[in-house]
Amino acid sequence: MAKQTLRTMFGAMLLAAVGLAQAADQKTVAITQIVEHPALDAVYQGVRDELAERGYKEGENLKIMHESAQGNSAIASQIARKFVGENPDVIVAIATPSAQTVAAAARNLPVVFSAVTDPVAAKLVASLEAPGGNISGVTDMLPLDRHIDLLQRLVPDAKRIGTVYNPGEANSVALVELLEQSLAKRGMELVRGAATKTSEVLGAARSLVGKADAIYLTTDNTVISAAEAVVSVGERAKIPVFAADTATVSRGAVAALGFDYYDLGRQTGAMVARILEGANPGDMPVESIDTLDLFVNPAAAERMGISLSEDVISEAEEVVNSDK
Amino acid sequence: MLSEIALYGAIETGLIYGLVAFGIYLSFRVLDFPDLTVDGSFPLGAAVAAVLIIEGVNPWLATGAAILAGMAAGAVTALLNVKLNILNLLASILTMIALYSVNLRIMGRPNVALLTEDTVLTPWYSLGLEFHQVPVVLFAIVTVVSLLLLWRFMKSETGLAMRATGANARMARAQGIATGAMIVLGVALSNGLVGMAGALFAQSQGAADVTMGVGVIVIGLASLIGGEAVLTPSTVLRALIACVIGAIIYRLAIAFALNADFLGLQAQDLNLITAVLVTLAIVLPGVRNSVRARLTRNSN
Repeated sequence: MAKQTLRTMFGAMLLAAVGLAQAADQKTVAITQIVEHPALDAVYQGVRDELAERGYKEGENLKIMHESAQGNSAIASQIARKFVGENPDVIVAIATPSAQTVAAAARNLPVVFSAVTDPVAAKLVASLEAPGGNISGVTDMLPLDRHIDLLQRLVPDAKRIGTVYNPGEANSVALVELLEQSLAKRGMELVRGAATKTSEVLGAARSLVGKADAIYLTTDNTVISAAEAVVSVGERAKIPVFAADTATVSRGAVAALGFDYYDLGRQTGAMVARILEGANPGDMPVESIDTLDLFVNPAAAERMGISLSEDVISEAEEVVNSDK
Repeated sequence: MLSEIALYGAIETGLIYGLVAFGIYLSFRVLDFPDLTVDGSFPLGAAVAAVLIIEGVNPWLATGAAILAGMAAGAVTALLNVKLNILNLLASILTMIALYSVNLRIMGRPNVALLTEDTVLTPWYSLGLEFHQVPVVLFAIVTVVSLLLLWRFMKSETGLAMRATGANARMARAQGIATGAMIVLGVALSNGLVGMAGALFAQSQGAADVTMGVGVIVIGLASLIGGEAVLTPSTVLRALIACVIGAIIYRLAIAFALNADFLGLQAQDLNLITAVLVTLAIVLPGVRNSVRARLTRNSN
C-alpha cells in the first residue's frame, strides 16, 4: 500500500518535472468569467478555438487556466489574485465585474476583456480608440442603429418599440439607454418593461401589450433566458418580436441581425494571440464584433401578424421556421 | 501551490469578511436574531461609498456614510420586527429585497466603477509596501480597531443589556431593559459593520455592483461557524477573534480549492466545497458540545 503510494507520488513528481521542462517555451493564458452562462461559455470556447487555430495548442505550447466565479464577487476577486500571482502571459476577463476585479489586481500584466458593453463607463479603458495602460478587449456593444433599420424595414409603421430588460444588469441598462436615444433620433419611442428575474419576464412582456407596435430584445441575460415568454405574448397580441442575438430567432423571434458570442470569443482570441506575439494592449483599440448575420423566422412572423418579403428571406444567412 | 499574491488576496478578502462575521455574530449569536438583511446591506454600503467617492467626497467619509446607511437598513429590519411584529427572518428578507431597488436607485445604474478614483487605499500605496500587501495592512488595522471597539462595547452597560436581551428577553425586560431598543441598536450595528465591509470591498475591487451581495450571509455564517470550531468562543473576545480567523480560513480554503486542479476539482465545485466545509466544521469530532448544542438547537 505504502509502496504504491510512493510510486504514484514519484510518478506525479516526474510528470511535474516534465511540465516544468516544457514551461520554458509555453505561453500561459488565464481566463476568468463571472458566471457560467451560455453566452459567456461561448466566448470562452471561442477564445480557445481561435488560439488553437493560430497555432497555440493546449498542452503543447499553451497552458489555459480557466475559472468561473459563479456570480460571486468575492470569489471573482480571489480568482483575479490567483491569476495575477501566477503571472500568466495574458489574462482574459469575460464580462464587466470580472474585468473590473482583474483590472484592480493586475497592474502590469496584459489584460484582454470580452463581452463588456461599455468599457469606458466601467473605467477599464481611457477611450475606445486609445485604451492606454495594460488593458484592451472586445466589446459586445450591439449595432443598435442597424437593428432598428431592420425592424423598420420589416414593420414600417412601428413608432413605439417595447423592450424587456433587467435593471440590475449593467450591460443591459447601458444598451437600453442607448436604444432610447437612437429611437428618439428617428422620432420613435421606447416602452420599457422591467424584469429583475426570469419569472418576471412574462409579466413585463404583457405590460407592453397595447403600448408597443413591436418588441426588440437586447442581449439581456435574464430576458434571453426566458425569451419564450416574450414570444408567446408577441404571438397572442400580434406584436412582432425582434432579437439582438441570432439564437433567439430559432426560439420564435421574427428576425435578428446578430452576432454570436462564439464569434466574439474568436475575435477576443485573435487579440490574445497578437499580445502573445508581442503587441501591447494599451496600443490596441477596443474592438467590436465585425461579423453580422441575418436570421429570419417566417413562421414566427406569420404568427405575430407580419409577413416577410421574398428579398428579406433571400438575404438571410439562415431561415428558421419554428413550430408553435 | 498558492502564490504570494493569491495568499495576500485571500487574507485581504478574509479581513473584510471578518467585519461581516462580526455583524452576523451580533445578530445571530448575541441577539439570536437570524438576519438576512446583510445580503442587501453589503452592496448598500458599496453603493453609498462608490457614489460619494465619484462625487469627490473623501473616501473615509464615504465609508462612514456607508456605515450609517447599513445601520439604517438594519434599523428598518429591526423595527419591522419590533414595532410591526413581523417574524425576524421575514422582516430581514423584506428589507433585503427592498434594498435591491434602493441600491439601484442610489447608484443610478447597476455598476459604479472606482478603478481610477482615489480610495482609502490610495495614500497607502506610496508607503513602499508591495502593491498586493497594501490592502492587507490597511484592512488588518480596520478590522482590529473594529474588533477592539466592539469588544469594549460588549462589556459596556448597553452591551451587557444587549447580551441579556438575546439570552433571555423576558428576564431582561423584568430587569428594566428596553429589549425592543436593544434589538434595533444591535441589528443596526450589525448591518453598519456589513455596510463598512461592502464599502471597503468595493474600493479594493474597483467597483460597486448591485449583484455584490449574493451569498454574503452564507459566507459570513460559514466564517462564523468555522471560526467557532477552531477557537471555542468561551468569551466575547475569543468569539470576535474567531470571526476573523474563520473568515480568513474560509478564504484560504477557497484559494486552495481554486488551486486544487490536482484533485480534479473545478471552479463550479466551489459551492459544494463550501457546503462540505461548513458541514465538517459543524460535525467534526472534537468540537465542544456547547458549540454543537448551539448549532443544532434550532432544529429541535
